[in-house]
Amino acid sequence: MSELTRRSVLRGAVTGAAAVTFTGVALGVPVALAARRPGGDTAGSVPHTGVEAFDEIYRGRRIQGAPQTGAGHHRGGAGYAVFVDGGELHVMQNADSSWISVVNHYETFATPRAAARAAVLELHGAALVPFA
Amino acid sequence: MAVRQNQANLTTAQKSAFTDAVLELKRSGRYDEFVVTHNAFIMSDVDNGERVGHRSPSFLPWHRRFLLEFEQALQSVDPQVMLPYWDWTQDRTASASLWGADFLGGDGRAADAQVTTGPFAFNSGRWTVNVRVDSRSFLRRALGGGGRPLPTRAEVDSVLAMPVYDMAPWNSRSNGFRNHLEGWRGVNLHNRVHVWVGGQMGTGVSPNDPVFWLHHCFIDKLWADWQRLHPTSPYLPAAGTPDVVDLRETMKPWNDITPADLIDHTSRYTYA
Repeated sequence: MSELTRRSVLRGAVTGAAAVTFTGVALGVPVALAARRPGGDTAGSVPHTGVEAFDEIYRGRRIQGAPQTGAGHHRGGAGYAVFVDGGELHVMQNADSSWISVVNHYETFATPRAAARAAVLELHGAALVPFA
Repeated sequence: MAVRQNQANLTTAQKSAFTDAVLELKRSGRYDEFVVTHNAFIMSDVDNGERVGHRSPSFLPWHRRFLLEFEQALQSVDPQVMLPYWDWTQDRTASASLWGADFLGGDGRAADAQVTTGPFAFNSGRWTVNVRVDSRSFLRRALGGGGRPLPTRAEVDSVLAMPVYDMAPWNSRSNGFRNHLEGWRGVNLHNRVHVWVGGQMGTGVSPNDPVFWLHHCFIDKLWADWQRLHPTSPYLPAAGTPDVVDLRETMKPWNDITPADLIDHTSRYTYA
């Protein structure tokens, strides 16, 4: 699915959500399911050449990150996936090459590893909800 | 005329009317629809692709429309309610009346950042965080926990002095008023306030904290203040910009309103 098509589908779903008859989020259903995106791939990513993979235990939690190629776990134009204890953390790269995550969305970090570490602190041990 | 007031000047009755209306939208399920919409845009607005709600020129008109929709929802519960704004250059500590138990409730506790006072505390039974990115269903805050103070009036004025609305590349790297107000560049106003509050306010599901609306109402007021300071400075870009909402292009998710339709707020509300 092309980026344009995928995004159009997403935005279509959002439009529906904002309209009168929205029923997508029953109580207790995490945002991940409500905002699920059809298709699994993304294109048009910010170039992330040179951003390295990592895999470490930080404050008792396993954080991993790696560039993604082909179909897989990358979302939001990142072309790079980050996990906390196996749960995917939505990350995004800014035009100045800094990074943010859905857990710290208004604060930029130099690397995806720094974003993952910040997420661990913010989570206080809580599990991420899968977003797709 | 509908007037949006500084939250610090609200009467006890006005505070109760506001929080009661918010709680009713929550009870009916309508509140969470706003959280879903905001998060969907924040996750999909990207610097090198389509961007509407954030990191783009339409950040301001998009949130103006989003707030109008929320305010109208509040008024469907109580026609007297208007959105108040939080001037965080003035009310800049956790002891401000904004965070009183009779209004938005206070800071999160140390152990888990859980808000335990006020109408939105989890233990009140009326504020469960359903639209979330992690397993926690209680409202959290860590006021000032990010270590950086709220923006000062002088910092705000330095951004209001910028005469050009926005500039290419129309994203988080842009120079100009919009991106400095949004905070991806420079002294950092809007973004920094999200970080200062902490908890859900620092995440993509930030409207889970009712202070979201008071923060964005002040951002909206600053846009209005900027327009008065620079009456001949137009919204930019004017036309023909890929992935970006031009002046007369419609905005998702509504698809029936353009930035041009939202430039002048005075037909809908004024600021006290």
